[in-house]
Amino acid sequence: MTEVVEQHPFAKYLREAMMPHIWCTGCGNGIILNAFVHALDELQIDLDKLVVVSGIGCIGRTAGYTNVDSFHTTHGRPIAFATGVKLANPELEVVVISGDGDLFAIGGNHFIHAARRNIGIKVICANNFNYGMTGGQFGPTTPLKASTPTTPYGNIEHPFNLVHLAAASGATYVARWTTLHVRMLTASIKKLLQRKGFSFIEVVSQCPEIFGRRNKMRTALEMMEWFKKAAVIANFSDPAKAEITPEKIVVGEFLDLEKPTFEELLREKMNEISKENGE
Amino acid sequence: MVKEKAVLTGMHFMSGDIACAEGAIAAGCRFFAGYPITPATEIAEHIASRMPKIGGVYIQMEDEIASIAAVIGASYAGLKAMTATSGPGFSLMQENIGLAAMTEAPCVIVDVMRGGPSTGQPTLPGQQDVMQAKWGSHGDYEIIALSPCSVQEMFDLTIEAFNLSETYRVPAFVMADEVVAHMWEKLVIPPAEEIKIVNRKRANMPPEKYLPFMPDDDLVPPMACFGEGYRFHATGLTHNEYGYPRTQSSEVQTKLVQRLCEKIRKNADKIVRAEENMLEDAEVVVVAYGIVARAALSAVKKAREKGIKAGLLRPITLWPFPEKTLAKAAENAETIIVPEMNCGQLVREVERITKSSRVFHLAKLGEEPHSPMEIFDFIRRKHK
Amino acid sequence: MSVKFWRTPLDSEKVVKPKAEIHIIKDQCKGCGYCIQYCPKKVFEESEEINARGVHPPKIVDEKKCIICSFCTAICPDFAIYVKEKQCKDGC
Repeated sequence: MTEVVEQHPFAKYLREAMMPHIWCTGCGNGIILNAFVHALDELQIDLDKLVVVSGIGCIGRTAGYTNVDSFHTTHGRPIAFATGVKLANPELEVVVISGDGDLFAIGGNHFIHAARRNIGIKVICANNFNYGMTGGQFGPTTPLKASTPTTPYGNIEHPFNLVHLAAASGATYVARWTTLHVRMLTASIKKLLQRKGFSFIEVVSQCPEIFGRRNKMRTALEMMEWFKKAAVIANFSDPAKAEITPEKIVVGEFLDLEKPTFEELLREKMNEISKENGE
Repeated sequence: MVKEKAVLTGMHFMSGDIACAEGAIAAGCRFFAGYPITPATEIAEHIASRMPKIGGVYIQMEDEIASIAAVIGASYAGLKAMTATSGPGFSLMQENIGLAAMTEAPCVIVDVMRGGPSTGQPTLPGQQDVMQAKWGSHGDYEIIALSPCSVQEMFDLTIEAFNLSETYRVPAFVMADEVVAHMWEKLVIPPAEEIKIVNRKRANMPPEKYLPFMPDDDLVPPMACFGEGYRFHATGLTHNEYGYPRTQSSEVQTKLVQRLCEKIRKNADKIVRAEENMLEDAEVVVVAYGIVARAALSAVKKAREKGIKAGLLRPITLWPFPEKTLAKAAENAETIIVPEMNCGQLVREVERITKSSRVFHLAKLGEEPHSPMEIFDFIRRKHK
Repeated sequence: MSVKFWRTPLDSEKVVKPKAEIHIIKDQCKGCGYCIQYCPKKVFEESEEINARGVHPPKIVDEKKCIICSFCTAICPDFAIYVKEKQCKDGC
C-alpha cells in the first residue's frame, strides 16, 4: 500500500531527499527559501539554467535544498565561486544565497569586488545578526550592545550597514526587507532575477533559538513582532541612513539602475579585438 | 568573431612562464583567474593578452582565495580552468584546493616556487612548497603534482597537468621554480593535432539516472556540468553518491575519502613519470627535480668521467612519487644524494621508500640553484 | 478615502466570491505560529494534537473566513500550509 503524501505546490522546487530542512522552528531561512522558490514559480524560470551557490552557515544549506544545479562552497567563497560559473557560462542565472558572516566577514572582500566589477550574479543575504550554526557568536552585523556568547558583556563593535555597503561598492539593485515583508521580498527577488547586473537583497531574518533568546526575544513570534514594530518602509531613500536598531529597521528598495556588466564589457572587448585582428 | 589560433605551432624563444600559458591554452584552458605575484605574474599577463583573442576568459580576482574559487566554479560550469601563483598565494589557496579535491573539480594550479617562508625571496628560486602541494589542505586527499625542468616542459607538463586533472577529476599542480619560469629557451610547439588532449568523462545518462558522485570502475565519477539539465548538488561536506551531505555517517565518510585517495593511488602506475639517466649500474643515485635536475645531470656526467658510477633519477611527477622507479634504482645503490632548494622535503620520501641509511640531502637556499660542481663535490665527499 | 464614498459594487450579485481550500501538511509543521498570528482573518488556531515533530500544528477555525490571500503559504518556513481556490461545480 502506498500512502498518498500531500504535495505542497512548491515541492517540485525542493529536493525531496533533503527535506525536512535543518532549520529551527520559526527560522527566517525557511521563509527566504519559500520566497525564493515562489519568485522562481511566478517567473517560470528555466530551472535547468539556474545555479544556486551558497557558503557555510545555516542558510548555506539552501543550495542543497533547491532542486537545481547547486554548489555548497567553502566558508566565505560563494561569490568568488559564482563569479567563475557566471563568466564560464554567462547564459546561466547564478544566485548566491548565504549569510551575513559568510558574505561580509570572511567573504567581505569578494562581495565588494564582485559588486565593483558588476558581475551579473545575484546575491541574497540572510542577515540574522550572528553565527547561528556555531552557537550564536557575534558577527559583522551584530547590533551594538547585543549579547552573544563571544560578546557576553554586550557587543562593542559597530555593525555594517549592508545596503549602504552594497550601493557604495557598485551593486545595481539593492533592497532590504525583513522576513515579515515576505510579499515585498518575493517581488524584490523577482526583480533581482530580472536584472542583468550585480544585484543584492538583504533579508533581515530571525534566529529565535540562538540570537533571539539571548536578546530578550524568546520566541520566533517575538522576533517577528520586533520586525513588525520597528520596520519602516523608505523606498529609494539614502541607503547610508538605512539603520537597523532595536527601534527602527529601515527597509525598501534603495537602488535600481543599469550599467554594463563585466560579461558584456568582456564580450564587447573580444569583438573589438577580433575585428582589429581579422579585418 | 575571428579568432586567433589557440595552438601556436612552430619554434619559439620563450620564457617558462609564457610557455606555461601557451601550454594551458593548447590544452584547452579557456578560463584563468589569478592574482599578480612574482615570479608567476607573466603567466597571467600572457593569458590576459591571449584569452580575449581565442574566446577565453581572463579575470584578475581580489586575491588567490577568490582565484581558486572562481577556477572551481568555471570548471563546474564546463570550462578547463587554471590559476597560477607562488608560495604566499599557494598558501592562501589551500582550503579551496581541499574543496576541489572533495568535489572532484578538475583544475590546474601552477605554483612557481620562490624562497619562503612568508614573503621570503620573491625573485629567487625555491623548492619549498613540494610537501605543501601534497599535504597543504586539511584532511586526507590525493593530488597530482608535476615538476618541469625546462621551458619545453613548462609547455608540455602544463598540458599533461590538464590531461591528468580531467582524467581523474583532481586538482593538478605544475610545481615550477623561479628559474624555470623566468628562463628563456627554445620551445617547440607541435601541430595541434599531434598534441594529446584529454577531456573529462562526461555524464551521458538521462538526468534521473545520474548520481554525481557514483564512480565507474576507475573510481572516477562521470561529470555533468551546470546548465546541462542534470540539476545536481555538490558540497564540500562529506557526501554520498547523490552529492547530499551525510556528515554523521562513518560509512559514507570512509567510502568517500578512501575513494578520493585510491583513485590516484590505484592509478599511480598510469600517472607516474620519471626520467632515468644512467641508473642501470649506478652506485650513486642522485634524485633531483626541477631546475636542480639539470645541474645534477651535469654533476652525474662529471662523476662518470671521474670513474664514479653515478646516475640521475628525475621525478617528473612529484606526486604520486615514482616509488617503484626509485626502489629499483636504489636496490644496488650505495649512496643516494638528494639536492633540493629547501631544508629537506622530498628527501623524506626518498628515505621512506629506500629505507637506506645512506641518503644524503644537499640543501641550497637563498640564491641560485645548486651548481653542477657543488653537487659533484657532494657526490665525491659522500661516496667513498 | 473616507467611508461615505463606499458603495456596494454594481456587479456584486453576479460575482461569486472564491472559496478557499486550505491544506495543512501537519507533519511538516514545526509550530512557529506565524500562520496563526499573521492571518488577517484569524482563520487558524493552535490545535491540541501533537504531530510527528512533537508540536501542535494549526487547525482551521473557519475556512469560510479565508480570503485566499495566501499569506500563510508565503510566511510558512516549513512549506507546511497552502491555500487553493475551491473548485465548485454547482456551488459549495
